[in-house]
Amino acid sequence: MIELDNVAYSYGGGELLSEISLKLAPGSFHFLTGPSGAGKTTFLKLCYGALIPTAGDVMLFGQNVRTMSRDDIALGRRRIGVVHQDCRFLDHLPVSENVALPLTVAGAEHYSDIANMKELLAWVGLSRRADALPPELSGGERQRAALARAVIQSPDVILADEPTGNIDWDMSQRLLTLLIELNRMGKTVMIATHDLSLIRAAKSHVQARVLRIANRRLQLAGADL
Amino acid sequence: MKLDPSAALAFLAGDAQADRVVPPAGFTVRLTLFTSAAMAFLMVFALALSLAAGRLAATWSAELSQGATLRLSAPAEQMAAQTAAAIIVLQTTPGVASARALSADEQRALLAPWFGPDLPLEDLPVPQLIEITEERGGFDAEGLRLRLAAEVPGAVLDDHARWRKPLVRAANALRALGWVSILLIGAASAAMITLAANAALAANAQVIEVLRQVGATDGYIAQAFVRRFTLRALTGAAAGTIAGLIAVSLLPSAGAEASFLTGLGLRGWHWLLPFLIPPVLGAVAFWATGVAARTTLEGLS
Repeated sequence: MIELDNVAYSYGGGELLSEISLKLAPGSFHFLTGPSGAGKTTFLKLCYGALIPTAGDVMLFGQNVRTMSRDDIALGRRRIGVVHQDCRFLDHLPVSENVALPLTVAGAEHYSDIANMKELLAWVGLSRRADALPPELSGGERQRAALARAVIQSPDVILADEPTGNIDWDMSQRLLTLLIELNRMGKTVMIATHDLSLIRAAKSHVQARVLRIANRRLQLAGADL
Repeated sequence: MKLDPSAALAFLAGDAQADRVVPPAGFTVRLTLFTSAAMAFLMVFALALSLAAGRLAATWSAELSQGATLRLSAPAEQMAAQTAAAIIVLQTTPGVASARALSADEQRALLAPWFGPDLPLEDLPVPQLIEITEERGGFDAEGLRLRLAAEVPGAVLDDHARWRKPLVRAANALRALGWVSILLIGAASAAMITLAANAALAANAQVIEVLRQVGATDGYIAQAFVRRFTLRALTGAAAGTIAGLIAVSLLPSAGAEASFLTGLGLRGWHWLLPFLIPPVLGAVAFWATGVAARTTLEGLS
């Protein structure tokens, strides 16, 4: 689905990431960890085509991002649900319309399946906040709304960048449970986090691989957690 | 860009859902509307000026081709003989197509604006006028004057061309100026709408980023802005055009007597031309916003 082959990325100056090779298999569950500033967000951006690698090749669903047009990348993003570190919404639209935004921009008729929408909002625990505007949401509610928005199009892959970054432990457990449920439904999941206790909590529920970025390279972390 | 009517209609009808993704902005909307209206208003006047100048040039050119007149002063008893002699001279001049003495009625009509209709022409020493129609190449005015001086001493040749030609040139220059003004107003509208669109795109940077993140194509995002600005420009231009037309129709009419100076208003089918202004300004807005949106979007990841 997403393949990185000997990828490097540099923002100018030295390389932030080098010699990164990875194949995300369907249905796999990955954690991505590493110290702050190590390049976790950059790595995820390479995975959804927001950045073009400075060396090596990134393949999204069998297409090289270098040869993809801007529209190809936009279409590719419809198959990859991303939960951003700082989840942004359209502040003038209520939560339900924000969650449905991927369908709207894909040209779907006004999210015809209202029952489906209700179910999705109930699943992330936002049923009663459907008509609220994004600025009225708490940090945890924003993260869950972002997750609902990321999965509404039933993407093949879900990438989450520090989804529990600014929420309390109970809430991050809840979010993790949701991501694990998605993985059980066959979705590929990758979560970037520096929170090792979150990784430990997940390990008892799901077969997760832990990747660590250290010294600009991607390593498979073993049982040393 | 090809204009497919059904696609254009679908574009104007829009997608209510897509429209909602860009938040409504109050102040710039009114500025865009106002500027489009002002531009359309000015365009109506520039158009009226160009068309009037064109009419003026055409009228004067047409009269110019009629050429010249001969004015003959002679004692009443010799008038008929001298007129006949002058006509013979004229008919034997190369370049003169025809020469015809004006009848007493025609002369009275010419003088009526100055002396009133009841002028007893017979009692006054009014000169006889002879209308000369030139051939294409024209005639040698100086040679004709010399021959007339020898054979019909009371005749004076009045060559209209000499003083009308600069007027026709001036009218043509005025018309060109009018068209240049129309082009400048169009270009200024494009610049103004580009600035407004850029301001809107900058103000909505977060909206654009969110839309990109959830998989919106550039075309989708651009259209939300392009449609909005095209509709504003269309609406503003329509209002401005109507105001301009009302103003032009209130201009005093020159009337038949002064048709020589022609009114600045619009005539006949020319009244239909200003109705092209709103669609033209709409197309300008469509194009300008499209370019601005695509340029901005291509700078984003």
